Amino acid sequence: MQPATIELKDVSKIYRMGNIEVGAMRDVSVSIQAGEMVAIMGASGSGKSTMMNILGCLDVPTSGEYLLEGENVGKLGDDRLAEIRNRKIGFVFQTYNLLPRLTALANVELPLLYGNGHDRRRRAMTALSRVGLADRVGHRPTELSGGQQQRVGIARALVKEPSIVLADEPTGNLDSQSTEEVMAILRDLNHREGLTVIIVTHEPDIASATRRVITMLDGRVTDDREVA
Amino acid sequence: MNPIVTFRISLASLGANKLRSGLTLLGIVIGVSAVISLMAIGQGVQQSITSRIESLGTNLIFVQPGESVQQGGLGGGAGSAASLTLEDAYALNDPVFAPVVKAVAPEIRANGQVQAGRNNTSAQVVGVTPEYSEVRNAPVERGDFISRGHLNNYSQVAVLGHTIKETLFGNRDPLGQPIRINGRQFEVIGTLESKGGGFFGNQDNQVLVPITTAYYRVSSQRTTHGEISVDSINVQMPDIGVMDEGMMQVATVLRLRHHITGDDDFIITNQQDTIETLQETTDTFVIFLGAIAGISLLVGGIGIMNIMLVSVTERTREIGIRKAMGAKRRDILVQFMSEATLLSLGGGAVGVLVGASVARLLNGQPLLGNSPMETSFSWDIALLALGVSAVIGLFFGIYPAMRAASLHPIEALRYE
Repeated sequence: MQPATIELKDVSKIYRMGNIEVGAMRDVSVSIQAGEMVAIMGASGSGKSTMMNILGCLDVPTSGEYLLEGENVGKLGDDRLAEIRNRKIGFVFQTYNLLPRLTALANVELPLLYGNGHDRRRRAMTALSRVGLADRVGHRPTELSGGQQQRVGIARALVKEPSIVLADEPTGNLDSQSTEEVMAILRDLNHREGLTVIIVTHEPDIASATRRVITMLDGRVTDDREVA
Repeated sequence: MNPIVTFRISLASLGANKLRSGLTLLGIVIGVSAVISLMAIGQGVQQSITSRIESLGTNLIFVQPGESVQQGGLGGGAGSAASLTLEDAYALNDPVFAPVVKAVAPEIRANGQVQAGRNNTSAQVVGVTPEYSEVRNAPVERGDFISRGHLNNYSQVAVLGHTIKETLFGNRDPLGQPIRINGRQFEVIGTLESKGGGFFGNQDNQVLVPITTAYYRVSSQRTTHGEISVDSINVQMPDIGVMDEGMMQVATVLRLRHHITGDDDFIITNQQDTIETLQETTDTFVIFLGAIAGISLLVGGIGIMNIMLVSVTERTREIGIRKAMGAKRRDILVQFMSEATLLSLGGGAVGVLVGASVARLLNGQPLLGNSPMETSFSWDIALLALGVSAVIGLFFGIYPAMRAASLHPIEALRYE
């Protein structure tokens, strides 16, 4: 068995609010293999967003180890974390987080500005074609529907060819048809290209579209099972 | 991130808020153009002062009487003693003791009321010898200058400065006309070329008369020996190179004549010293103007900082997105710094153009007094102003940029 893409060992994340310590994650141990499609479920306050931030190298654990493709990223500095986010992780956000002044193409080019950025235009075009938006490259986010904006977001996540796509409530703001489109794209990326896809959601429907569901409650993993 | 991309992003960000960027730019434009135009005015004034003094001749030595000390130690101030005489002046022409001296022109100055017909004006009446014209660079425009014969005969003749001539006679021919100086009648024998306003009294506002006539008929000073005392002696040197030697020789001659063993009873200065002193004064003036303009540049810089801070707050989310996509601290820092610098450099460039145009417009305009002002725009100052505005952009941009760069990506992403 090849080493896990993601390996969390007894990871805790504790926030201090005044004198009170809040454990957003407590002794979480999870291992995710390359090419898995995983949903992380839980109510708000369950710690799933904290988990997402740590998996995405936006934050580091208070204690425990996080091995990303074998590298312990829990002790790295900001700049090294930025590099890892840039090379290995593609983010998809609930609110899309596109820059409103930029065209779809320029938004997709954004990750290419940092780190290795040759052939920006061509690579961004390719990514937009993969989400079926080759004809919308010159549009600004306000000129696109929610579903289209989210597809631009996915194209942006893909443009650096990451090994992991982290999607935080990717369909939270979408109607059912757009939700279907977006989920189809994410499934397709997982099935056909073998990308590791992790979706944080509180909707059971979305979770059931994946193959493994990790459920969290009060900062702990309460359930972790394969689905059909 | 490559510099061209950084530049394009900065330009786009600034372009997204054109009015705001424009107003911020205006602060720097005003600052830089103020620096450029005020410095141009300052330097112009300095140059015209220097060139006017130099037009009097830089190879001159001035000898003036020293301070008169009365019993009881009450001083009368420099030049108050009547220690220099006409004989002293002639003695300075001595080829043995003062071989480098080229020419000597003693003078007596007094204020007088000058009248021609119904016209009446106050003027400086200067008693001179024939050498004055050459030594003080005061060429005759029409008629004759004062001659040795006039001196010997105490002739009541006068040579008019340009302004006096205009005031008293207008367009009429003054030659041969009678005028009254302090009530005594003189005949106009010549007029002088216009010299423009000087700093030791306006040369154009002078009436020249024979020194002997001035002593006995106009001035009221008397020496104890019955000799003609003079207010100052202008000594001309062949060139600037022998000034020090000349000053030594003049001093030696006077000490011998005055039997001096202790302190000198005369003061020797030269034109070069005067220029240097004045230059120091005008330098202060220029620096003062520059400092005032510099303050407005500083205010412009604070404007940049202010607007950059607003921009960082507004774009917190953008910063979060960029960081999530892999932007490092340095990338964000550079981006905001380049925006600030672009603002200040852009403002600087426009300011240089505005300042240069203002300097050009003011050139030759009578602003100070009635003589036209010369402004001098120099590329040094323009480059300096550009450099300073770049530095201002960097200096006032660094704090907002650091704030942006140190934002935590999660908090920045959550920012509404």
